[in-house]
Amino acid sequence: MNTSLLFIALISLTLFSYWFGLKRSLKVAGGAEHKKDLTCLPEQFGLLTAMVCGLPALITLLIFNSAEQLVIEQLLTTTLPANIQSLSSIDFGLYLNNIRSLASSETTQALLQGVAAQQNDIALQGQFQAALTLQELNQQAVWLKTGLVLIIAVVSVIVLVRKFSLTYKARQKSEAIVRALLVASSAIAILTTLGIVVSVLFESIQFFKSVSPAEFMFGTQWSPQTAMRSDQVGGSGSFGAVPLFAGTMLITFIAMLLAVPVGLMIAIYLSQYASTKLRSFAKPMLEVLAGIPTVVYGFFAALTVAPVIRNLGESFGLSVASESALAAGLVMGTMIIPFVSSLSEDAISAVPNALKEASLGMGATKSETVVKVLLPAALPGIVGAILLAISRAIGETMIVVMAAGMAANLTANPLDSVTTVTVQIVTLLTGDQEFDSPKTLAAFALGLMLFITTLGLNILALKVVRKYREQYD
Amino acid sequence: MNTIDIKQNEPSQVELNQVELTQTVGNIYADDAKMSIRNANVHYGDKQAIHNVSLDLAKNQVTALIGPSGCGKSTFLRCLNRMNDTIDICRVTGQLMLDGEDIYAKELDPVLLRARVGMVFQKPNPFPKSIYDNVAYGARIHGLTNNKTELDEIVETSLQKAGLFNEVKDRLKDPGTGLSGGQQQRLCIARTIAVSPEVILMDEPASALDPIATAIIEELIDELKEKYTIAIVTHSMQQAARVSQHTAYFHMGKLVEMGKTEDIFTRPSHKLTENYITGRFG
Repeated sequence: MNTSLLFIALISLTLFSYWFGLKRSLKVAGGAEHKKDLTCLPEQFGLLTAMVCGLPALITLLIFNSAEQLVIEQLLTTTLPANIQSLSSIDFGLYLNNIRSLASSETTQALLQGVAAQQNDIALQGQFQAALTLQELNQQAVWLKTGLVLIIAVVSVIVLVRKFSLTYKARQKSEAIVRALLVASSAIAILTTLGIVVSVLFESIQFFKSVSPAEFMFGTQWSPQTAMRSDQVGGSGSFGAVPLFAGTMLITFIAMLLAVPVGLMIAIYLSQYASTKLRSFAKPMLEVLAGIPTVVYGFFAALTVAPVIRNLGESFGLSVASESALAAGLVMGTMIIPFVSSLSEDAISAVPNALKEASLGMGATKSETVVKVLLPAALPGIVGAILLAISRAIGETMIVVMAAGMAANLTANPLDSVTTVTVQIVTLLTGDQEFDSPKTLAAFALGLMLFITTLGLNILALKVVRKYREQYD
Repeated sequence: MNTIDIKQNEPSQVELNQVELTQTVGNIYADDAKMSIRNANVHYGDKQAIHNVSLDLAKNQVTALIGPSGCGKSTFLRCLNRMNDTIDICRVTGQLMLDGEDIYAKELDPVLLRARVGMVFQKPNPFPKSIYDNVAYGARIHGLTNNKTELDEIVETSLQKAGLFNEVKDRLKDPGTGLSGGQQQRLCIARTIAVSPEVILMDEPASALDPIATAIIEELIDELKEKYTIAIVTHSMQQAARVSQHTAYFHMGKLVEMGKTEDIFTRPSHKLTENYITGRFG
């Protein structure tokens, strides 16, 4: 019986135990006409029984599945001859892989076994022997798993049902289980975040063993090419991240320069001036802008905007790089407009109508009302929107890869080509790489820095919003 | 009112709705009218909210608009300074005159009108700014003064007229939202009179306040009528009787009866008015 079949069996058993628990509770009460004597509804008994049947068995199944391979491998290793056990870890891994593929297909195995026997190849015969052992172990594991899971399911139901009485608190117990499940789900989300941070952190520590943090954080030279072999002529490898962060900031700044005013004006127009009909059409259209894949924005930046900017610059006698920070920043700004406009519009619309009427009722014009009453009152929401947009801009990759270039120039000139943190992470990690050179590890250090930056911005945004939230009302 | 009373009222309700309202009873005219409204109709989309209402607001007097919920009295009040313009589907027709000038005339700027006809709302709605900035708001947007001392003076006299100055004079920089409900409402009144309006519209200004704060506001309204013409919508008949000189009774978008307050409350001419002020429905 394989795992999916076992899973289906377990689900059927759970459904059955719902019915069983329900009937059993009625029996305890002395028939359906006496069900009022129970402190909880029969359905609640059924629900508890189903949970008690399914959950422990399911958890056992999960643990078993994750530990299974490891245990089987250990057992297999002990049966192997000493010369193979003493192989290096890489060769041993290859050997195990061989055995696994042999064990997984029976026909070729039989075929090859015949060949091996004919040729008297001791090594090959050893492998077949091991493959047979592995098959046997796998078979045993399946039986053990099936038996264990089903026994646990049945035994826990029996133990539970024997405890049923008129005053048994089935409802409270099933509520407690539901609560535990909810807690477990939120724990998974938190643990995943922690896991990401820890894994990035450890790789970064590896990196900082070969490159000093001071050089990384304050160095102005970025050329991560290192020699892979000692006799190779390669780059010396300098890891100053300042140009990357400067490039990121420059592009983000240009993007915000476009997105904040335009987004805010859209928000004001939609919330205060546009008719309901227009708003119901325009708002979803704007949000479509946020749904366009960033790669597509990247094409647009590289093939349409960048040449236009270059031609325009040249007509003014300026030299513009074919991939410029300006092009990437403008397109990124366009992408971010809906973030700013949509969230700001929500914030402006959330300002109590009473404030707006108070201002209008005193003879303020619409624009005076917007500037003097609505915007100040909606400020926390607007700041939150802007900070969210900034985090989005900092983390954005595809547009910059395609439109801003790869050259790590430390410049404030938006017409130059610059590169960003995310672009460098992509270039460091694409292609065949070994994961122990400073070059690849640098990606993790950059990722960590980026994570800290966006995390800081998010915390700041939350703080700002919380501080001013109660200003009106 | 208990359930038995309501049941007893049912036949009279039917009868009341059948009362034909061809014209308003009582006296809608004032000797010295600040505002004159003739044949005002208000539509929200297809629904008519106000039917052919005509009345005068007497200068330097308080006119109370009373009536059951949904009778259109607030809607009518909001027509008087064109606050209904902010609602897309709202359409106002008829003649609405301020000092003989049609306030719905094409060339008339609603922004200037609202400076002349101020409004105080049901729920105190100070801006989330300081007390000083709340009162100075109107003076600043209308450019009444560029001078700091003059602005200080406007703020002080407005707060004094609203009877709030002594309570807040040491904390003018504190946020207006930190005041108590009654103080907030007086702050809103101070803010309204800071732009020197001629008419003040009040939409149930005391309905969100406790009895003591209400009494203070009512006293204030009585003082304010020396300088301003006031129209007040209220749910409380006692309040209407206490503060107003004229009372207009609205029922289902129509003006049923209007006259001197003491007449309306002692000798109502119309059956509907009588039923309302004796508490038989509302």
